[in-house]
Formats: sequence, structure tokens, C-alpha cells
Amino acid sequence: MNFVDLLFIVFSVLTLGGGLLMVLSRHPVTAAMYMIVSMLGVAALFVLLDSFFLAVLQVLVYAGAVMVLFLFIIMLLDVGPQGAKSARLSWLPGLAGVAATFLLGILLLSFLPESSVQSSSWPPLDNQPHVNGQNLGFSTQVSAFGFGLFTKYMLPLQVAGFMLLAAMIGVIVLSKKKMESKA
Amino acid sequence: MEVITPQHFLILATLLFAVGFFGVLIRRNVLLLLMSLELMLNGVNIALVSFSRSSLNMDGSIFVFFIMTVAAAEVAVGLALLVALFKKRDSVFSDDMRLLEN
Repeated sequence: MNFVDLLFIVFSVLTLGGGLLMVLSRHPVTAAMYMIVSMLGVAALFVLLDSFFLAVLQVLVYAGAVMVLFLFIIMLLDVGPQGAKSARLSWLPGLAGVAATFLLGILLLSFLPESSVQSSSWPPLDNQPHVNGQNLGFSTQVSAFGFGLFTKYMLPLQVAGFMLLAAMIGVIVLSKKKMESKA
Repeated sequence: MEVITPQHFLILATLLFAVGFFGVLIRRNVLLLLMSLELMLNGVNIALVSFSRSSLNMDGSIFVFFIMTVAAAEVAVGLALLVALFKKRDSVFSDDMRLLEN
């Protein structure tokens, strides 16, 4: 076992442990802290998969912006553990859902054609061109992202930008005080 | 000799998705529900990036980029809805939101 495999085990334990503790913690602030641990673990796994830009984005967007938003709302609403109410968990549907997920995963893995999961090892990363036949070639460089976003994924990029604008306006409308209809 | 293969990453992604789904199903606090939803999205992201890396194709990574955008917008709108609901009902628990029941 080499060093990278050890890192994989450490970070996957961190991710899964953080997630499980988040799901089971009573206090929302504790849950948010465990969530940050889990998100950082996911970012480290992205680094192990040679996707450095996505790792940076994961830390900035999830561990930064999203969690700050969560903590802000938790403190704004002032929700605490609230006694027995949040301790009452519905275990049966949860266990049923986990069983269903694993069943689905096993079915998918057994029905996927052999070629799509054929690679039992990682193909070497030598300087891939941005365009590889019909596909965009995998690259660790950020410019590969830019190239893909502004050529093949131009329309989705515009739609995503428009969706962010719509979300922003929606949040402003939702959180605005109700105006009197007649001033 | 490599021990960690793409399959290991897929198993981890399934486990992370399952933990998030578990959280969505057992919790009644809407804040925790939203957090568990994020966990599920992260599981999907890990699977997409590992496919992207193992087939040397950028499409999966760009899809993850879009998922992150949508997740950030979804959290913002979801939390705004939660604040609006809290103002009306004074509770963040999903079993207090039963206006249709009676």
C-alpha cells in the first residue's frame, strides 16, 4: 500500500464520518461543523483525482459560501437542540432508503457494460490536448475548464448564469417585507 | 502497483449518497434536510469526477461545475423559503408543516 492509497482511506473515512455525524447530531451548529469536515474531505478526494480546480471550488463554494449561509440562517432563526423534538428520528424509512440506495448501486454496477468500468487502474495523465476527437480531453489545467465552458457548454453556461440571476431575484422577493398594497 | 481503483471511488460515492439520503429520511429539521441534500450532491460529484478522470474526458468535470452552481442557488432559495416559513409558523420542523392535513 503506497502513500496515495493511505490518503484515500484517511479522506474517505473523514468524508463519511463527517457526513454520518452531521446526520445524527442534535444541534444544528454541530451538524454544520461536521458538514464542513465532510466537504473538506470531498475536496481532498478531488485532489486525489487530479481535479485541482474543482477542489478549490469545493472549498470556496461549499465549505465557504454555503456553510456560512447555513450558519447565518441557524443563528438568525436561533434554532437549538430543542429537546425531544429533534431527537425523535424516523429510523425505519431511513434504513429502507439506505437499503434501496445500495440495491440501486449494486444493480447499476452489475448492469453497466464492462467497458464503462473497465479501467481497474488510472490512465496516465500526459499533457492531454483540449480537444480529443469528439470529446474534451481531461486536463489538470484551469484553461481546460474555460475551453469546455466557452465552446461545447456555451448554452448551459448562459442558462446557469440566468438561473443564478433568477435565484437572486427570487431570494430578494421572498425575504422582502410585505409592502402595503396602497401606500 | 495501484490499489485504489475507480471502483473504490464509486463505492465511496454510493456510501456518501446513502448517508445523505438517510439524513433526508430520518431528520425532521428542515435545515438538516437541506444539509443532507448537499451531502447527496457531493456523492454524485465524486462519482462524476472519478468517471471523468478514468475515461480522460472533461465532460464529467464540467458537469460537476454546473452541479455546484445549481446547489449554491438551491441552498439560497431553500433557506429564504425556510425563513419565510419560520416567520409564518414559528418552527423549522417538517412535521409542523401540515396545513393540508386538516
